[in-house]
Amino acid sequence: MKEKIIAILNELRPEFDFNEPVNFIEEGMLDSFDVINLVNELDSQFGISIDGVDVLPENFSSVDNIISLLQKNGVK
Amino acid sequence: MDLLFKNKKITGILTVLPSREVHFEEEMGNYNFSTAKSLKLKMAMGYNKHRIVDEGVCVSDLCCHGLEHLFQQGKLKREDIDALILVTQSPDYFMPPTSNVIQGKMGLKQDMICMDINQGCAGFVLGLIQAFMLLEQPTVRKVVLLNADVLSRKVSKRDRNSNPLIGDGASITIVERTEENSTIWGTIKMDGSRADALMIPAGGFRQPSTSETAEMHEDINGNFRSLDNLVMKGDEVFNFVQVEVPPMIDELLERASVEKNRVDYYMFHQPNRFMLQKLADKLEIPREKMPNNIVENFGNSSGATIPTNITFNIGEKLEKQEMQLCLSGFGVGLTWAALLLRMGKLDFCQTINF
Repeated sequence: MKEKIIAILNELRPEFDFNEPVNFIEEGMLDSFDVINLVNELDSQFGISIDGVDVLPENFSSVDNIISLLQKNGVK
Repeated sequence: MDLLFKNKKITGILTVLPSREVHFEEEMGNYNFSTAKSLKLKMAMGYNKHRIVDEGVCVSDLCCHGLEHLFQQGKLKREDIDALILVTQSPDYFMPPTSNVIQGKMGLKQDMICMDINQGCAGFVLGLIQAFMLLEQPTVRKVVLLNADVLSRKVSKRDRNSNPLIGDGASITIVERTEENSTIWGTIKMDGSRADALMIPAGGFRQPSTSETAEMHEDINGNFRSLDNLVMKGDEVFNFVQVEVPPMIDELLERASVEKNRVDYYMFHQPNRFMLQKLADKLEIPREKMPNNIVENFGNSSGATIPTNITFNIGEKLEKQEMQLCLSGFGVGLTWAALLLRMGKLDFCQTINF
């Protein structure tokens, strides 16, 4: 799952290294519109629909947080 | 607040849209972002084109154009209008009420009620609620509900948060009593403690417009706007809608004992495609039952989006057959509201250009 998420992030913002242990939001690597595109891509690739109430910047600030979000939304 | 109305029905809807169509690409240069980033925004939010009034066009112009069309087509008679409700956030004047201005321009009778209501995204539902209440009076037989806004005139052209999605427009909805045994279920909630999520800070009596309020400032996201412009806290509005609207719809349907799949269409306010897709998924409603194509074709015209959604997507069907609809508006105020009703065999359900 981790590799797939990083591949999606790299496609979205190829200028950044998403393997770095930094806060993607605070570092400006993802803005609110990136988050929307990311949600659409995660929904499509994992066959889910992330709950709208979970579309909050903090849930996309690291790969680990994204994994937790996907698991909460039914991805195993 | 739970609401219930008996023996009321909508008999016609006309949407009036400005002829001028502006494409997203024409305005990209106004934004403080690269072309690539602007196109990413377009993809994410479903922006494409929107309808914008020409300079100087006001709400009463759109409404009078639509009313005149109905008079000429024989679909509405001047003397039959017992009440004129105008829901708008962009009146022609602070005073007098724009509904009175429209009454005068159209030569309507004096023995009637005119009222303006200041409401936005939930303005169609709130206007219908007011219409249903007026129809409780024996002397009020026909109410004309006008929803109209020209908010493009209050949005900064350099604000990518608001400018691409805003559209201008008006709708005219005829509401009458009926002998049929009909029940309309409704609900409305408000939270003024979050009123600053969507507002125009200057231009009222609290902060009159001055040369200072007209100065443009850059926000943390690189958008330029002044205090005279509409400002929207997009993240807060998105979260508010996702948290508040689904339980409201679930409760409304449960109260009416109507199962989700018995509703033919969920005709909701049109903030953007992404927000509506997430609402449909959360409510476990097929996305095709909740049309989300108004922003990409016409823009978000505030209280006129639900009627625009109806006339554009299911107008022809509603002229021929009756359907079970769930209407919902949410936004400015903050306000969120919904109605569950049967609608159909309308005298007219169309869109015309101004």
